[in-house]
Amino acid sequence: MADFTLPELGENITAGDVLNVLVKVGDTVARDQAVLELETDKATIEVPSSLSGKVTAIKVKAGDKVQVGQAILSFEDNGASASPAPAKVAPVAAAPSQPPPPPETAAPAERVRPAVEKDNVVDISRGTRPAQPPAPASTPASSGPSAPAAPSVRRMARELGVNIDEVAGTGDDGRISIDDVKAHAKRLITTAAAGGTAPHPAGEPLPDFSRWGAIERQPMRGIRKKTAEHLGASWATIPLVTQYDSADITGFEEIRKRHAAQGEKTAAPLTVTTLAVKIVAAALRQFPQFNVSIDMAAGEIVVKKYVHVGVAVDTDRGLLVPVVRDADTKSLMQVSEEVAALAEKARSRKLSLEEMQGGTFSISNLGGIGGTSFTPLVNAPEVAILGISRARMEPVFRDGQFSPRLMLPLSLSYDHRAIDGADGARFLRWVAGVFEQPFLLSLQG
Amino acid sequence: MISAQVVVVGGGPGGYAAAFLAADLGLKTALVDPEVNPGGVCVYRGCIPSKALLHVAKLVAEARHAKAWGIAFAEPAIDLTKLRAFKDQVVGRLTNGTGLLAKSRKVQYLQGFASLDDAHSLRVKLVAGGEETVQFEHAIVATGSVPAVPASLRLDDARVMDSTSALNLPDIPKSLLVVGGGYIGLELGSVYATLGSAVTVVEMTPGLLPGADRDLVDVLAKGIGKIMKAVLLNTRVVQMKAAPEGIRVTFDAGAGTRDEVFDRVLVAVGRRPNASVPGLDKTRVRLDERGFIVVDEQMRTAEPSIFAIGDVVGEPMLAHKASHEGRVAVEVIAGSKAAFAPLAIPAVVFTDPELAWAGLTEAQAQAAGRTVTVAKFPWAASGRAITLDRVDGLTKLVIDPTTERILGVGLVGSGAGELIAEGVVAIEMGASASDLKLSIHPHPTLTETLMEAAEVFFGQATHVYKPKRT
Repeated sequence: MADFTLPELGENITAGDVLNVLVKVGDTVARDQAVLELETDKATIEVPSSLSGKVTAIKVKAGDKVQVGQAILSFEDNGASASPAPAKVAPVAAAPSQPPPPPETAAPAERVRPAVEKDNVVDISRGTRPAQPPAPASTPASSGPSAPAAPSVRRMARELGVNIDEVAGTGDDGRISIDDVKAHAKRLITTAAAGGTAPHPAGEPLPDFSRWGAIERQPMRGIRKKTAEHLGASWATIPLVTQYDSADITGFEEIRKRHAAQGEKTAAPLTVTTLAVKIVAAALRQFPQFNVSIDMAAGEIVVKKYVHVGVAVDTDRGLLVPVVRDADTKSLMQVSEEVAALAEKARSRKLSLEEMQGGTFSISNLGGIGGTSFTPLVNAPEVAILGISRARMEPVFRDGQFSPRLMLPLSLSYDHRAIDGADGARFLRWVAGVFEQPFLLSLQG
Repeated sequence: MISAQVVVVGGGPGGYAAAFLAADLGLKTALVDPEVNPGGVCVYRGCIPSKALLHVAKLVAEARHAKAWGIAFAEPAIDLTKLRAFKDQVVGRLTNGTGLLAKSRKVQYLQGFASLDDAHSLRVKLVAGGEETVQFEHAIVATGSVPAVPASLRLDDARVMDSTSALNLPDIPKSLLVVGGGYIGLELGSVYATLGSAVTVVEMTPGLLPGADRDLVDVLAKGIGKIMKAVLLNTRVVQMKAAPEGIRVTFDAGAGTRDEVFDRVLVAVGRRPNASVPGLDKTRVRLDERGFIVVDEQMRTAEPSIFAIGDVVGEPMLAHKASHEGRVAVEVIAGSKAAFAPLAIPAVVFTDPELAWAGLTEAQAQAAGRTVTVAKFPWAASGRAITLDRVDGLTKLVIDPTTERILGVGLVGSGAGELIAEGVVAIEMGASASDLKLSIHPHPTLTETLMEAAEVFFGQATHVYKPKRT
């Protein structure tokens, strides 16, 4: 058992008032560790221990007046204690003293200050000292200071919906500027878009449209929302190429009219759309690389052994794409009936989810409305789509003269990751060729 | 009937700041308060009148102190009527000013008492008579706080005062007991002590100014100790009785009770939120168990059209906190994503010496188990403090040892209340100890103590020799 007594503190200082005892019974105290906060006539100082070891008793308490030489702590006698060094110091304002060595509990990041022996001087600076252990019920230690950003920068981050703690500052010591916040927000938006699976970003903040006139905000419901999400993802992920061609359907138009004249006998009309379904189905057998999906994650191409053709239908609730299954094995009449039935179901809201799934290729025919040509967007995970615009009479130079022909504008969009440009051209020319001579279909079987 | 986009209930520094900003943002705004002009407790019977009196007290104290420098003044003759008039003139000038500002901004000022009918309308019982209905899109409740008086200290006798009546300076009692060692008790106690009362301060807890770091309070306690007759810590007032010769007060310091008679007693044990707006229960606004209105960081209550700010939503009950919250509420109403998220709310005790702090205190860091480095600069080493003969001061910085960021600033000494503003800016801007050290501070001023405290952190303070170990 060894006692630590109050060392000599400096000229003319013989006593002081205890403000704080910095250790408790059971603590292991290192040599030079501050154990007492003492107020003297001249200064408030910390008294470091000249002994080390486990504290067995504390002989003073806050508010006590202690004299130089008075016992303060008792240590377990384990031979580790150093001989008490008499010490003296000047008042704090002029004290030639040193900060204490880093306490054992200090964070690793703290700069290390190796202890240096200095005779006859008690270290009275406060320096870095370990926080007292938190009370059992207290909250866990905070993870550190808040982000180094000015209030104006923090406000801007809040406005943009950016967590300031996640922004990497480019200034000295990681200080965050307004530009850092903007760059972070931009990065968030672009990575979310590229990620595809991440919730779609709201895009840039919108202006207040009401500044320029009356507005009304409507919720984005059901089909519109699905369409927005689905096509947004398609647009963001698919490198899209569109090729254009046109087909001379003068011959087909004659057949169609003749068929329509005896229409009462058949349930479904023959249309450009139904013929397109049948031609595309045959084309997909001819060009199987158009009947696939891409699995980027697995690094594989999924080749489908079936041909299901989706047909975009315009309804009062938005765009729906019912699917004609195994279109390659069905006759033109069967396909016509099926397309008519699906379109009717779509408009009367009777289409099942099942009837809209599993397509391998889609067709979008806007010819009923008009327009000269357009760029259809691939209906992922399919890899190609055929767009059809309104057919019109054009002068075509054939057999040495211009003659009026009914020309059908076609556009083929495809996922360039799966399909090369030359194949795209071949596919579309093949489709146009069959439109011009539909009897070729019967040769295809 | 009036229709307003924003109606603010309560015209204190939080309420009028909110109303003025709302008007500046082009919102149709109304402000309801029982006083003639905006100002609230702060201007009418709080911060402002007490500071006018403390300024006078400081002058008296300095005149007395001048004897040490070879300048002797006669003891002051105090004309209470004139002193009250000065204080009232200060209040009048400020409140007339806020009234004029409200008018220039076209804020509809309704002098009266508001009661809510529902989440979009309230009625104001006008002081001038009659009633006015206000249909509003948003309301901001800023009804502040009132002095709290526990049952044991309630006594229906004019000699027992609260802060409001004490500020009226009814007389200068020979003996005054101040119950409560917080900032209100210490400030008003100092005024009366300097004007000639023998003041005793009694505090239940072991120290004055709970919440402030002890090393700062110790300096203040020494100054207070010199002007007060006695400061009783760990002491409870058990009973007060009116007697012809004065108020008989029974103390209990743990070892039995004792009685003492005082000419007057000032009860300043704290303030409680004033959420007693009639009709608040007709809305979804909720109160917590202490009576504060519950709000989120955007100052929204549970009722989407109603916001609340200031003392009525929580501690610290400070005017500048209320003003800031008021402006946040209005910005949110105007569609901004603002939030009340300060890193530092300064607190100032205007005693002699003054005590001020902002951000993290050393005690909070210890309680949270957070490792910090504290750098202190004693004013004994400040040239300016020595010229003022006021070396009873201390400047301390609470610093994150890893990033060297300034997390907290504490000050005690003459003028500490003005100096703390630099600390607030440093904390809010995320300044490091180097930033303070490298900013040139004017010489000779007390602001240098902040710069030199930062130098102490690096072991390089010009006026303190305390080298760093290498």
